[in-house]
Amino acid sequence: MMKKNVICPFCGCLCDDLGITIEDGKITGVDNGCSLAKAKFLRKERLQSPVIRRGNETIQTGYEEAVTYAAEILNNAQRPLFFGWSGTQGEAQAKGVHLCMLLGGVIDNTSSLCHGPSIMGIQEVGHPGCTLGQVKNRADLIIYWGCNPLESHPRHMSRYTTYADGFFLKNAFRERKLIVVDVRKTMSSDIADEFIQIEQGGDYAVLSALRAMVRGEDEIIPDMVSGVSKSQLKRIVEMCKGAKFGALFFGLGLTMSRHKYKNIRNAVELTEELSRHTKFTISPMRGHWNVYGANEVFTWMTGYPYAVDFAKGIPFYNPGETTAADILFRKECDALMIVSSDPAAHMPKKCVEHMANIPVIHIDPHKNCTSFFSDIQIPVAITGIEASGTAYRMDGVPLRTKKIIETDFPTDTDIISRIYEKIQEMRNSV
Amino acid sequence: MSELLVKNAYVIDPINDIKGEIMDIAIRDKMIVESVGSSAEVVDAKGCLTLPGGVDSHTHICGTKVNFGRYMSPEDMRAGRGRAQPYMYPVSGYSVPTVYANTYRYSALGYTTVLEGAMAPLEARHTHEEFFFTSLQDTMANTLFDGNWSVMEAVADKDLKRVAAVVGWTLAAVKGFGVKVTNPGGTEMWGWGKDVGCIHQKIDHFGITPAEIIDYLIQANELLNLPHSVHLHCNNLGKPGNYKCTLETMQRTPDLNDKRQTLYMTHVQFHSYGGTKWSDFCSKSDDVAWMLNRKPQIAIDMGQVMFGKTTTMTADGPMEFNLFRLYNNKWSNHDVELETGSGIIPVLYSRKNLVNSIMWSIGLELALMAKNPWQCMLATDNPNGAPFVKYPEIIALLMSSRYRNEEFSKVHPNTENRVHLPSLDREMDFYEIAVMTRAAQAKALGITGIGKGHLGEGAYGDIAIYPIKTDDIDPAAEYEKIIKGFSSTDYTIKSGRVISRDGNCLLNGNNRTIWVKPKIPDEYDMSKDPEFIKKFERYYSVSMENYPVEEAYLNQRNICIETETKL
Ligand code: SF4
Repeated sequence: MMKKNVICPFCGCLCDDLGITIEDGKITGVDNGCSLAKAKFLRKERLQSPVIRRGNETIQTGYEEAVTYAAEILNNAQRPLFFGWSGTQGEAQAKGVHLCMLLGGVIDNTSSLCHGPSIMGIQEVGHPGCTLGQVKNRADLIIYWGCNPLESHPRHMSRYTTYADGFFLKNAFRERKLIVVDVRKTMSSDIADEFIQIEQGGDYAVLSALRAMVRGEDEIIPDMVSGVSKSQLKRIVEMCKGAKFGALFFGLGLTMSRHKYKNIRNAVELTEELSRHTKFTISPMRGHWNVYGANEVFTWMTGYPYAVDFAKGIPFYNPGETTAADILFRKECDALMIVSSDPAAHMPKKCVEHMANIPVIHIDPHKNCTSFFSDIQIPVAITGIEASGTAYRMDGVPLRTKKIIETDFPTDTDIISRIYEKIQEMRNSV
Repeated sequence: MSELLVKNAYVIDPINDIKGEIMDIAIRDKMIVESVGSSAEVVDAKGCLTLPGGVDSHTHICGTKVNFGRYMSPEDMRAGRGRAQPYMYPVSGYSVPTVYANTYRYSALGYTTVLEGAMAPLEARHTHEEFFFTSLQDTMANTLFDGNWSVMEAVADKDLKRVAAVVGWTLAAVKGFGVKVTNPGGTEMWGWGKDVGCIHQKIDHFGITPAEIIDYLIQANELLNLPHSVHLHCNNLGKPGNYKCTLETMQRTPDLNDKRQTLYMTHVQFHSYGGTKWSDFCSKSDDVAWMLNRKPQIAIDMGQVMFGKTTTMTADGPMEFNLFRLYNNKWSNHDVELETGSGIIPVLYSRKNLVNSIMWSIGLELALMAKNPWQCMLATDNPNGAPFVKYPEIIALLMSSRYRNEEFSKVHPNTENRVHLPSLDREMDFYEIAVMTRAAQAKALGITGIGKGHLGEGAYGDIAIYPIKTDDIDPAAEYEKIIKGFSSTDYTIKSGRVISRDGNCLLNGNNRTIWVKPKIPDEYDMSKDPEFIKKFERYYSVSMENYPVEEAYLNQRNICIETETKL
C-alpha cells in the first residue's frame, strides 16, 4: 500500500509530497523524500519499553511506573527545567507548557541552540518575510547566507527556490540568480552564480558594507571587507537592487558566528533597506521539523518563543539567563525533562556534567547521547509516522503531520498529560 | 441537565426590543428557556445592567500575525503579566496578550463571542489552534480573499459563479466564517513591493481592479447565502485624502439583503481622512457619516484610536511598510502565496501628536454622527486602534460630552481646526451602547438566528451583568463610574455557566468555533476542477490534500452553519 502526500517530520522544509510504501504494517519504501527522510522513515531500531537507570544498570519497567517515577522526580524538584520540543507535535508542546506552569519551572526549546539569536534580532527590528511558495513563484534572486541547504535541507532548492518552477518565472533555473555567502566552499556554493567567501566572523562587516552601498554610500567602503572585494560587493548590490523579488535565507553560520543576534539584526536591516528599492524578504532556515512550532506554541501560551521561566509565577524571559544551556551551566536546575531532542550531543561539556548529576527524564522513541545521562527514558510513538499532530514549517505554515502506521506506543502528548495528572493527584492527596 | 436563573436583572436586549425592564432569565443546558425549576442555581443581578454577552465583530486575537506580534515584542509581554489563579493560567502581554490573557480579559468585559478579523487560508490551522485555548469565548474567523489568485482570475473572466465556488470551497476547507477583503488587489501588488491606489487602478498581471474584486465578492457572498456580508478593509488605509476612495466604495454598494447589510466596512476611522498630506491632514468623518446615513446596506465599525502604546497588524502589507517608514521602529511582514499578505509594527498614539489627535477624534465623530447605532459597531480593530481593554473608556466617551471635552482639552492644540468633535453634543444611552457592543454586531454577523447577541427564548445563555444601576448613575457626569462599571462584570455567563465573576474566571471553559459550509453542487466543486487542482500542483507549496483544516482542529462543540446556495 502506498500513502501519498505524507509530510516529512525531519527538517524545517516539512515537505508534504512523500509517497510511503507500507507492507504488513511496516514502512518499506520512501518516494520523493531526500536521504535524510529515508533514514528517518526506514529507521528500525528503537527503545521498546521504558527504562530506569539504577547505578550502571538499566531496568525495564511499565508505563504506569515510568509515569509515576517521572512525576515524583518533577514534583520533588525545586527548579525543574523542560527542554527540547522541536521534534514533537504542537499538542505535546502545549501540554509541556502547562506542566511547566504547574511546577513553576523553566521551559526552553532547541532554538536556544540554533535560531535563538535570530529571534532576538527579530525582537529588535522585526522580520520582513513570506511563505516559501511566494519565493517559489516570484523570486528571481536567492541568497543563502551561512547555510548549506543541499546538505542540511536537501529539498529546499528543488521545492522552494533555485530549481522550483514558479508562476512568474518561465524557466526558473535560468532566470533565477543564486548567491551563496559562506566562510568555506560547500556543495551549495559550487552551484552559485556568485560565491562570497568571507573571513570567519566577518558577516557583520559585510552586511554593514552592503547596507551602506544600497544607500549609495559607496565611497566609505574600503577595497576589501572581511576578505570580500569592493567590486564583488558592488556587483552583489546591483544584483539585489536589480532583482524583482529577492529572498535571503540564513542559517546557523550567521546566527551562531561572531556577533550572533547583531548579525541577524543587520541582515534584517539590509532587507528593509532593499525593500525601499525592490521587493525583498528574509527567512531563517529552521532545522528541526517543528522547532518553529515550539516557538509558536510557547509564544501564544506564555508570550515568549523560548527560555520562559515561571519561577516567580509570572512568565519571565531573558535569553542568556533563562536559556537551558545557561541554567545547566550554572548548575541551577535540580531536575531535567527532555522531550524529543538530544542535548547531551549538542551542549557544552559543563552542561552535560550537570545533567549527569541531576535526575533526567527523557521522552524519546530512540536512544541517543542523552539516553546515557537519563534516569528514566520513556519511549513514545514517532510523531508524523505513528501519531498525527501539528507542525510549523520554517515559514510559519502549519501542517498536520499524519499517522501512517499503527503502533502500541503512547504519544508524547499522552505521556506528558499522564505525568501532569499524576502530579496533580500527588498534590491533591497531600 | 443544568439550570440557572438570573434574577432581578435590569435587562436591555435590543434584538427583542427590551429597553430596560427588571426581569428574570432562565437557562437550561446552555439555552434560554421560559422557566426553570426551583432547584436551579440562582444568580441575583440585584437590578444591575444586564445585557446579552458582548460580541466583537472585529478583533485580532489569534493566528499567524497576532502570534508574530507577540513573538517580536517581549516589551509588550512585560507590560501585562499576571500570576496564575484558580482556573487561570499565568498571562502576559498588553496590546498582543497571550491567548489566556485575551480570553480572561474579554470575559471580564462581558464578551462571549469574538470574531478574528483576518485569517490567511493557507495558515488557518494556526488560528484554529489558538481558538482552542481561547476557551471562554465562542470564536470565528473571517477568511482573507483579497489577493486570491483563483478569485482574481474568475473576476477577470467575469465568471461570478466561479468566484462563489472558490469562496465556498475555501471557507469550508479552512473552517472560516466570512469573507474578508483587505486592501483588495493591494496585497497582490505588494508581492512586487507595490500597492494599488484607489479602487479603479488595475492590478498587475491580473488586469482587474479592486472595484471589480469587491463587486464580484459581494455578489458571490449573496449567491452563497453566507450569514455575514463581505467584510471590507478599504484600499488606501491611513492615507490623507483617502475619504474619497471610501465614499466611492460606499457609493457603489448595492442593497442585496433584507436581513443584514450588504457590506461591512471595517475600522472606517482609518478611511475617513481629508487633506492631501500629513501637514493638511483633517477629518472627513462628516462626509463618510453622511453617506453611511444614506446607505442602510452598509454597516461599519469605528476603528477607534485611543492614546497609548499598541501594535498594529493587518493583512495590508504595503500600508504597514509605509507606516514603518514613518515610525522607523520595527517592522514585520508576511506574504502568503496566492492569497494575501500582512504586516506588523508597534506604534504609540500620542495626544501630543496632531495626526494622532485627529485620528482619535474621527472615530468618535463617526459613531456620534451615524444616526443609526445598528450601522456602527464599537471596536478598536483590536489592537490596531487600541487594545480591547479600552472599550469601557470608549463607551464613556460616547455617553458623556463632558468627558469628551475634558479629553479634548488635553490633545494637540491645533486639533480643533481639523475636526468636528467639539461641535457634537450627542450623548448615547445604555440602549445605544448595547446595540453597538452586541446586538448590532450579532445582527451584522448574521448569528442572531443561531442564538447569539440576544436573550430571547432559544438563544444561548450568554449574559453580562455589569455593576451599574442605571437609575443611580448619570453617565454624562459620572463617566468614571461608567468606565469602572463596564471594565469588569459582576457575572459573565456563557452558555448558561458563570465563566467570570468580578473579573476572575471561574472555569476553564468550553468554547465553540462557528464556521460556515455552503452547500455547493457538484459541478461547482472546486476540488474536482482541473485548473484549481493545477494551482496546488504547480504554485502552492502545500498539496491540495494537506490544505484543508482537519476536523481535529474543531472541538466537538463547533457550530457549522450550512447554507443553501443559489449556484
Ligand atoms: S528536505 Fe527535509 S522535510 Fe524535505 S524530505 Fe528532506 S528531510 Fe524531509
